[in-house]
Amino acid sequence: MRPGPWAGVLVAVAVGGAACSSAPAVPPGAPALAARPVAQPLALPVSGGATSLVLPATALSEDQRILHALNRLAYGPRPGDVERVRRMGLAAYIDGQLDPRRIADPALEQALAAYPVLDRTAAALVHEYPLPTPQVRQKLAQGEMTRQDVAAMYPPERRPLVITTQMQAARITRAVLSERQLEEVMVDFWFNHFNVYAQKGAVRWMVPAYEREAIRPHALGHFRDLVRATARHPAMLFYLDNWLSTRSDFVLPRGPNAGRAVGLNENYARELMELHTLGVDGGYTQQDVIEVARCFTGWTIDRPQQGGGFVFRSLAHDRGAKRVLGQVIPAGGGVEDGERVIDILARQPATARFIVTKLARRFVSDDPPVAVVDRAAAVFQRTDGDIRAVLTAIVASPEFWSPEVYRAKIKTPLDVVASAMRALDGRIVPGAPGADRLGGGGEALAREVARLGEPLYESQPPTGYPDRAEAWVNTGALLGRMNFALGLAHNRLRGAQVDLAPLVGGADRRQPAQVLDRLLIAVLHGEAGERTRAVLAAQLESPEITRTTAYDRVPKDTDVEKLTALVLGSPEFQRR
Amino acid sequence: MAGTTRRTFLKGGALACVALGAAPRFLVRTALAQERAGKPKVLIAIFQRGAVDGLSMVVPHGDPDYYSSRGSIAIARPAPGTADATVDLDGFFGLHPALAPLKPLWDDRRLAVVHACGSPDTTRSHFDAQDYMESGTPGVKSTADGWLARGLAAMPAREPASPFRAVSLGAALPRVLRGEVGAVAMSSVTDFDVRETAQQMAAGGGARQGFESLYEQGVRDLLYGTGRETFEAVKMLKAAAPQRLAPANGAVYPRGRFGDSLRQIAQLIRADVGLEVAFADVGGWDTHAGQGNERGQLATRLREFGEGLAALHRDLGPRMNDVVVLTMSEFGRTVRENGNRGTDHGHATAMLVLGGPVKGARVYGRWPGLRREQLYEGRDLAVTTDFRALFTEVAVRHLGAPAEPLFPGFSARPGSLPGLLA
Repeated sequence: MRPGPWAGVLVAVAVGGAACSSAPAVPPGAPALAARPVAQPLALPVSGGATSLVLPATALSEDQRILHALNRLAYGPRPGDVERVRRMGLAAYIDGQLDPRRIADPALEQALAAYPVLDRTAAALVHEYPLPTPQVRQKLAQGEMTRQDVAAMYPPERRPLVITTQMQAARITRAVLSERQLEEVMVDFWFNHFNVYAQKGAVRWMVPAYEREAIRPHALGHFRDLVRATARHPAMLFYLDNWLSTRSDFVLPRGPNAGRAVGLNENYARELMELHTLGVDGGYTQQDVIEVARCFTGWTIDRPQQGGGFVFRSLAHDRGAKRVLGQVIPAGGGVEDGERVIDILARQPATARFIVTKLARRFVSDDPPVAVVDRAAAVFQRTDGDIRAVLTAIVASPEFWSPEVYRAKIKTPLDVVASAMRALDGRIVPGAPGADRLGGGGEALAREVARLGEPLYESQPPTGYPDRAEAWVNTGALLGRMNFALGLAHNRLRGAQVDLAPLVGGADRRQPAQVLDRLLIAVLHGEAGERTRAVLAAQLESPEITRTTAYDRVPKDTDVEKLTALVLGSPEFQRR
Repeated sequence: MAGTTRRTFLKGGALACVALGAAPRFLVRTALAQERAGKPKVLIAIFQRGAVDGLSMVVPHGDPDYYSSRGSIAIARPAPGTADATVDLDGFFGLHPALAPLKPLWDDRRLAVVHACGSPDTTRSHFDAQDYMESGTPGVKSTADGWLARGLAAMPAREPASPFRAVSLGAALPRVLRGEVGAVAMSSVTDFDVRETAQQMAAGGGARQGFESLYEQGVRDLLYGTGRETFEAVKMLKAAAPQRLAPANGAVYPRGRFGDSLRQIAQLIRADVGLEVAFADVGGWDTHAGQGNERGQLATRLREFGEGLAALHRDLGPRMNDVVVLTMSEFGRTVRENGNRGTDHGHATAMLVLGGPVKGARVYGRWPGLRREQLYEGRDLAVTTDFRALFTEVAVRHLGAPAEPLFPGFSARPGSLPGLLA
């Protein structure tokens, strides 16, 4: 990070037991960073950059704290990361991650150039990756065209599925390469929270814009902006059917279906409260669902099949009075009825608790301690949902650093693949030419993530993917992780290339014990259990690992690939 | 499982000596093992996730209010010789035309329907309702395990112990099978192994043994326990090689994940790996818009569903005498179509029970009617059969599970069960 007069001056959170929830002098995560008076004295300057983030005392060693931060706020350490963070100062590192705009990311930008869909509008993508027109489909059905004819008109590299493939590849590429690791973690978190399913109808063309416009800009911003942006984004309007919802007595005035009666659709209204804001126990009723749905009538899409944008159709809007969670929304309103609902929901204490609990589940533990939820929920309410301030409160909590939660989270499939690539300093390389219809290389890694049970952008239910151990630990999934480890360590994955020599650099490959020591330090940072170390040491005795021939008296060479695979597939590496 | 945990078995049991770390859960169950003769009874549970419209799946065409309520999504009255019409079952109910492949099973008295079946909890949240249907404790979220896992865990295990007593097809282990039974989740029977290349095998292989040792001992937790179960399962599957069994009797499964799941369940049954409970799920039922009627979105899903079940029945042939297939869905859908020719979240739905032991050719459960005042909250089909009564009957009478641990807080009096199993 670049030190500057205001660099890292982000938050002053007093930490230490119950005192942490006391209000800091400056609202945590105040967005107008540069507006801070330069002359203000900095609290506790830390080596490598001025920061005022004060981390609580913990029983963890310094290296453990650094590892913990890299495992929770990032997709795991790369070789050298622990030393880098130590030099910079842990607080300064976290401060920097909380303000990703200040972090340059040229290597990632270059890698992402392989995925042109990222920058495209939905309208452009409809044009570039079209579905067969009704006329073509009819000709196919009537035998006037053959499947080959259609395939020639719509070659594989121009099919809509390519959009999802590129998005998946870009996501894993970002997780592996980005310097703005916390931002990537948060984009994943919020996409899951405001999930849309890429294979539902017109959503397929809208996903790049959805992540780019509705999720990413607000990943560390304000919660209400996320709700607003997702509520009016065509991807969400389509996915949860709100674009079809009208006042109950609405009749289509024109178009091919003129005269058809339409009406209310409750889908978005329900999920907005159950999944996006209040939580299922947040105290709303079926009548609230109906009232909220009425408020959002007329929020629709201008021709979704052509990639159109948000439009409010006042003719379809229910202009009657509504009552949401006891608050009256007077008759005669328009698009502001929905905005009013978002304001009401975003301010509910139940929303603060629900969102903060999910965040604490991601960052602290599957069942986060009440104290950290209480404290962060108070910050959420006081700051009107400032996500950066809430994250700061979580990281500044003693519970975040307690030995009980150290390495207590089970990695999701995305975590596994990204952290393994980072641990081995793997390169994302283009696949075999033509084989994958695009050249970025991330798609092969994305397929691994999918094989482990988390096909990105393809969670069909609106809940998104779960964030608890039970969801990811099962027999089939563990085998999948072991097979991924084998594939990666042996360079069998087409999208990834690893060079294990630097990892065990300096070790004599004829001295298996030396190689193992290096490997355990490089990949598990000395956090291997005694049991794992003993098992791996025993493996060294087997001729398969050390490749001894019957005539050799000393090991010729150590099978570093297999050892690496075993380490990546070990119980320790499944945790973060 | 009524307060009995793995821990208590290990503490007091004869297994303590072999359980320095922890034995795989399925082996622990053999502490209770008794000889159970013959081929195991098998339950195949299928979850239609997303809330299937029971009124389109099993059509109450004889209800005077059905056609006036359903508008454009109604399924046409039975009309012999017409493919696009309800397939009549008993003069009042009929199958959606896309489920026509199931009609011969009805005629054979192997298929029964329980209509107006659902949860006593009134949530219209997919997530909560699925959770309750799997935990078996409607309204209680803190339940850690699933009802099928509890049922199996409370049953005497067979000899020899099998890691494949409970299998779910799919990448994730569903809630209903989480618990002490040690169920296996697999995406595919063929990929269920540590994969080493020919080159690595030639060099001695050994990665599998390495991984196995890594998970062999250590603290007793989810990760290690699952690891151990994994390797027992891998070895057994390798020996049984179910993937060699092609579908029998000319069965043709529909393309797609659901057909693949059923095909592999049949392989596991035919390979005699000790399967007692299999689970598969199938999605796409959340038809809020453009549901369709005899044709369309829902019809497409039902076609795959019906063809899959019919293929499974054909494939298993005489083995179906020991098999019961139970379908479920978290709730039904609104009786009236919504503004988008779809349906919103409702209450009761229909569930199918198929197999040799089933007293079929009958629709079970009291029909609550579709008049507005008969509907739940004036909009949804009312629940007249608690899903727990149906599931209890299947688990107890078919599998032989004890009733008590299945659904805590629910006592199924014999008279309250649907009575669809002999």
